[in-house]
Amino acid sequence: SPEKKAADVSAYRGVWVFAEQRDNEIQSVVFELLGEGRKLADELETELCAVLCGCGIREQAEELIACGADKVYVADHEILKHYRTESYSRVIFEAIERYKPEVVLLGATHIGRDLGPCLAVKAGTGLTADCTKLEIDRENRRLQQTRPAFGGNLMATIICPSHRPQMSTVRPGVMQKSVRDGGRTGALIDLPITFTEDEIPTKILDIIKSVGEKVSLTDAKIIVAGGMGLGSAEGFKLLKELADRLGGVVASSRACVDAGWIAPSYQVGQTGTTVKPAVYIACGISGAIQHLAGMQNSDYIIAINKNENAPIFEVADYGIVGDLYRVIPELMEALG
Amino acid sequence: MKIVVCVKQVPDTNEVRIDPVKGTLIRDGVPSILNPDDANALEAALELKDLYEDVAVEVLTMGPPQAAYMLRECLAMGADHAYLLSDRAFGGADTCATSTTLAAGIRKIQDVDLVFAGRQAIDGDTAQVGPQTASRLGLPVVTYVQDIRLEEDGIIAERNMEDGCEIIRVRRPCLLTVIKELNEPRYMTTWGIVDAFKQEITVWNHEDVGLDAADCGLSASPTQVLRSFTPPAKGKGERLQGTPREIAETLVSRLHEKHLI
Ligand SMILES: Cc1cc2nc3c(=O)[nH]c(=O)nc-3n(C[C@H](O)[C@H](O)[C@H](O)COP(=O)(O)OP(=O)(O)OC[C@H]3O[C@@H](n4cnc5c(N)ncnc54)[C@H](O)[C@@H]3O)c2cc1C
Ligand SMILES: Cc1cc2nc3c(=O)[nH]c(=O)nc-3n(C[C@H](O)[C@H](O)[C@H](O)COP(=O)(O)OP(=O)(O)OC[C@H]3O[C@@H](n4cnc5c(N)ncnc54)[C@H](O)[C@@H]3O)c2cc1C
Repeated sequence: SPEKKAADVSAYRGVWVFAEQRDNEIQSVVFELLGEGRKLADELETELCAVLCGCGIREQAEELIACGADKVYVADHEILKHYRTESYSRVIFEAIERYKPEVVLLGATHIGRDLGPCLAVKAGTGLTADCTKLEIDRENRRLQQTRPAFGGNLMATIICPSHRPQMSTVRPGVMQKSVRDGGRTGALIDLPITFTEDEIPTKILDIIKSVGEKVSLTDAKIIVAGGMGLGSAEGFKLLKELADRLGGVVASSRACVDAGWIAPSYQVGQTGTTVKPAVYIACGISGAIQHLAGMQNSDYIIAINKNENAPIFEVADYGIVGDLYRVIPELMEALG
Repeated sequence: MKIVVCVKQVPDTNEVRIDPVKGTLIRDGVPSILNPDDANALEAALELKDLYEDVAVEVLTMGPPQAAYMLRECLAMGADHAYLLSDRAFGGADTCATSTTLAAGIRKIQDVDLVFAGRQAIDGDTAQVGPQTASRLGLPVVTYVQDIRLEEDGIIAERNMEDGCEIIRVRRPCLLTVIKELNEPRYMTTWGIVDAFKQEITVWNHEDVGLDAADCGLSASPTQVLRSFTPPAKGKGERLQGTPREIAETLVSRLHEKHLI
């Protein structure tokens, strides 16, 4: 009945953040979720909690508290060493049942986008995918979740009015990280493990980390990105030189990844990484909507393109119509 | 072995344009296609059919009657049978409601050993329907699958991660969501196309799959779209003029002024 629903909704309080870890390292999106979650919790006048699962990760709770959590729910057990859908969703679902959070945020990573949907079904609630903006409607404590769809052509604001918790996955690289304060204190609450290894239908046989340098596009202040206008894989060498000169990193459009010129981890865009550097230099990138979706919130965008009608110029703060092979060497010259 | 592939008909988002006056999505004349990841999902099933005896590949969609066209494409690629879940009651579904309906369809198909879905549809872009359908069926799920190997009673799946991959052994039956790296989808064959138009498509409504109308579509969707809008366009910036040398010098001085370098 509707009355029962209303009563249920008001029983839910607190903003939760899923503290995703890999090899016991808290992922950087978690600090973005804590930054955003802190704001939401303050608006809702409620507490911010982190949920930390793993094996031998208890000590990490301190860091989550320093970064804004009032409470950390910890599930520390061998069975949780690596993320697996069934084990993680069971522990966290049982915690949701017991402690009834009002809002649950997860990073829209390959892990968050696996865990979130399963948790939402278990909890019988909705889930908004890949959000880029979150706001509270104070009048009714509703979370307004804004996200891109149709390949970035459309933005939709989504609510989950009569089910709890209100759940979102949040796109990495979009929210502001929390400011660390080592003096903060908080509580630690242990979560029980109510199942055994036999009940988990998956086994991880091996974990293979991609070889080569680790790219952290989301943390980069300056990004020099290349597209098909480079003409060949060789072109990335020139971009690397420019990036090194500026203290930045190289990135790529998807077309270059598809062409095999550069590894997928360098891809910016809707199906790659979302970035928000201080300076984004797009070299020989046309500016397809799927590419723009991943970089248009950069503070300053510089576009170098031969075609004066390339859509990239629509989002560029500084547009340069010209051959990147003539402009970039001059740029390095001018940098001294 | 019976394999179900969940396929979705989607507007080709590469062709979607924005009405510059109203700021709304122009969908008229935009071609509908088989969702790209779902073509990879179907290919994965068809490859198993090529490799092993007694494999039946069933394609399943929830959508309006015109989705039958896409199902015929799937038949023309080599699927054995097509199911269309079509009912006004299914309209306006979010991913929670979509997965309820798809799960009911898969239950009705019966004795399913393996379910494939795409990772993500290019219109809704949520990547939620696969894992949610698995949850409702109580099936184990592996998402972002880029390689698979069949075993006696399970699957070895390679799951793509941002920083590498995981090799996972999963029991069957299970559900896998696949990414484009898995394979190269085959084309329809001429004979396949001819055959596809002779085949019957099974159409089911909510009663056929044993669901209450209240458990389907909009009324069973916890999420609601409050509003939608086109992303605000950024104001036009400055076009730097001059020779490459002059342009480079202007740019460097602008960046210095703003303390960006
Ligand atoms: C579902 C889906 C998801 C996608 N996701 C992404 C994504 O995440 N990221 C992404 O980037 N793309 C994505 N794409 C692809 C996207 O639609 C475009 O195809 C891609 O971004 C184009 O890459 P590009 O700009 O490098 O190449 P092109 O579009 O070929 O552009 C090359 C540009 O270089 C210019 N040029 C050529 N020579 C020179 C020169 N010497 N000097 C200067 N300029 C030169 C040309 O004028 C042109 O504008 C996606 C597509 C789909 C369908
Ligand atoms: C602008 C906009 C934003 C939206 N945002 C959300 C949101 O945040 N949360 C939410 O719950 N819903 C949302 N929806 C609703 C959602 O798009 C629909 O529920 C849709 O039916 C399925 O979601 P999807 O397109 O994201 O599919 P995905 O989950 O991305 O699809 C993954 C795979 O599931 C299978 N699949 C999906 N749909 C079908 C189908 N109808 N038939 C057969 N197989 C299928 C395919 O194999 C597909 O590759 C939104 C809709 C719009 C228009």
